[in-house]
Amino acid sequence: MTAVEAAWITMGVGLIAYVLTGGADLGGGIWDLLASGPRREQQRVALARALAPIWEANHVWLIFVIVVLFTVFPRAFSAIGIALHVPLSLALVGIVLRGSAFVFRAYGLGGERERVTWGRTFAWASAATPLFLGMSLAALGTGDIDWRDGVVWSGFWAGWTTPFAVAVGAFGAVLFALLAAVYMTLETAGELREDFRERALACEAVAALVAALATWRAAVDAPVFFERWAGSASIGALQVVTALCAGTAILALVRRRFGVARVAVAAQVVCVLVGWGLAMAGHVILPGLTLRDAGARPEVLRAFFPALGAGALLLTPALVYLYRVFKAR
Amino acid sequence: MTDLLAARSQMAISLGFHILFAVAGMAMPLFMVVAEWRHLRTGDAVYRELAQRWAKGTAILFAVGAVSGTVLSFELGLLWPRFMEHAGPLVGLPFSLEGFAFFLEAIFLGVYLYGWDRVAPRVHLLSGVAVAISGVVSGVFVTAVNSWMNTPTGFRLEDGEIVDVNVWAAFFSPAFPTQATHMVLAAYTSVAFIVLGIHAWGLRQEPGSRFHQRAFGIVFLAALVGTPLQVVSGDFAAKHLASHQPTKLAAAEALFETQAGAPLILGGWPDVGTREIHFAIEVPQLLSVLATGDPAGTVLGLEEFPEELWPPVPIVHVAFQVMVACGVVMLLFVLWGATLWWRRRRAASWVDRRFLGAAMLVAPLGLIALEAGWVVTEVGRQPWIVRGFMKTADAVTPMPGLIVPMTAFTLLYLVLGVVVVAMLKAHVFQVSPEGEPARAEAAAEERP
Repeated sequence: MTAVEAAWITMGVGLIAYVLTGGADLGGGIWDLLASGPRREQQRVALARALAPIWEANHVWLIFVIVVLFTVFPRAFSAIGIALHVPLSLALVGIVLRGSAFVFRAYGLGGERERVTWGRTFAWASAATPLFLGMSLAALGTGDIDWRDGVVWSGFWAGWTTPFAVAVGAFGAVLFALLAAVYMTLETAGELREDFRERALACEAVAALVAALATWRAAVDAPVFFERWAGSASIGALQVVTALCAGTAILALVRRRFGVARVAVAAQVVCVLVGWGLAMAGHVILPGLTLRDAGARPEVLRAFFPALGAGALLLTPALVYLYRVFKAR
Repeated sequence: MTDLLAARSQMAISLGFHILFAVAGMAMPLFMVVAEWRHLRTGDAVYRELAQRWAKGTAILFAVGAVSGTVLSFELGLLWPRFMEHAGPLVGLPFSLEGFAFFLEAIFLGVYLYGWDRVAPRVHLLSGVAVAISGVVSGVFVTAVNSWMNTPTGFRLEDGEIVDVNVWAAFFSPAFPTQATHMVLAAYTSVAFIVLGIHAWGLRQEPGSRFHQRAFGIVFLAALVGTPLQVVSGDFAAKHLASHQPTKLAAAEALFETQAGAPLILGGWPDVGTREIHFAIEVPQLLSVLATGDPAGTVLGLEEFPEELWPPVPIVHVAFQVMVACGVVMLLFVLWGATLWWRRRRAASWVDRRFLGAAMLVAPLGLIALEAGWVVTEVGRQPWIVRGFMKTADAVTPMPGLIVPMTAFTLLYLVLGVVVVAMLKAHVFQVSPEGEPARAEAAAEERP
């Protein structure tokens, strides 16, 4: 493994951590939006309580990914900043509104109407953010972003506006909601837990549907990506594992083995992300921008990994402690 | 509006907005921790109440700071892709370290805000200490990036390509020590002044309130220590500018001609066309003293540099004057407070109504100085984004229609700003804990 590949994997690990934690927080917002039934308000209260102490820390994983991207792959960061200006700006609006509205709802001293307004804002922003983030990520694989000789030739709408990207955005939102629903089964009890259990099971069904839709659109809109994704034996094997994880999660949910379900859905989501990374096959943007062209410098990598190690040494115990205090179950 | 101007405006608004929340995230945890520490030491419940109320305000400010900071990290690429393409590796190290510091800050703030009843008192206090330290450290790392843009080091240019990158040399650029010190002190003093004003208001409403007295004491001490130190660090910064960023100093001082024994120019409006300054007060030789330490020292004027490399002189000059003027008033205020305290140190309360009124008046000056100082360093670097190497105009994205995101983010921040102020106001105008029984009685009397 070269240092460049190690840096790419580091970024991937950061992305996985973001999806499993920050992504689930966005999924929590989606359930706030879709709260229904006789225990609608209890669902919202439970979600808010689960998110409050940890969402800001979870969110930092996204910043981590961005910082690694521009430190190690500055040319890729520049290309992405130009080609995906629009969806990323929209995702940012979502990120700002989600976080602000969440604390405004929690700490506002105004009346019920004000609380409802911020709750709505929080919920809608939580639903919109994964959509735009997913569209941006998918756009990189469509082959529509034409990057040559350091210039983006394909304008500002390429890739992310394809049905494939929209399907991937929706798939992302569904996966985030799935994670959130399963995590919530471990933070609630009784009928409220049953609510989230049903939602998690419904999510698995919807996820399978949207995945099928995205696969079909990949074949149409992102042929290069689709070829790598469908044609490789290792990715094929990974898809079998993904399906097994999903099956385990469903079974565990049906039998109310919520701890097992949590591990299984997390593994399912990790498999999806790893499959995407493998299909990109050493590219940041298909087909033009490879990791090797992305501007990594050996002298930067030499300083980057020790800094990363030192940071991880402080960060890991702190994160473990945070989760021990608030999520020990 | 050109796309370049739109991009610059969006970046300026994003930074100008974020910096207010960033300094709160740096300074408020220190004040909270001091209050909580006093509670643990003395058992005085008022201090605990104070720490908890400050924590509520901090929670709101920190969240908005976290999301507006995320916007900035993306905007580097969305607005200035050419800059990041070349500078990314050079500023990546401080940004990476900042990422970790910010991570720790967010983690321990979560423990602090929601762990009052979940962790032991000592652990809770230590979490607060961790928030205070990592907040300052992340501020220092971010300032390292800006310092590098002002005085870029740690690389060579060969045929337009960056070679021989030394990330540690880029980290410790010449501007870093003075700029980081000035920024950290700015954070503590500006936040201390605004909190001071709030509790001065409280003390005028409820004279003798132990809650407000204690709060006032903690932040006044911070202002008393921070403000004189900030003036000294400003002097170091001026000397650094004179030797490393002479155009910025010349623009700040509106000094068109190189002079030995240069005067300090107070106020006035610089006319770039005629290279004159109107309506200004000149203090002979003082600029030479401040910039070089020698009354006869030579200070370079703008004439030494081609006019197309001048920053917008009036903006930089006015911003610099505003910053210095605020600093002087703040210094006089803390000195006045210190004398009052010394004279009445044996009395029950050392503050009087007049002093409290003054505290309310000077409350916003720290934040005004903070924004003005930021304008000096950013606008004063123009037309460069990386001084001497890359022009801002060459760094901007080719994206057309940048006025749209600029307007969108301006409106978004405007709304958020109004909401945050309204929310903090609601929290502040809650009466103090001692005031609550009194208010309940008053309400009971009003009832027919």
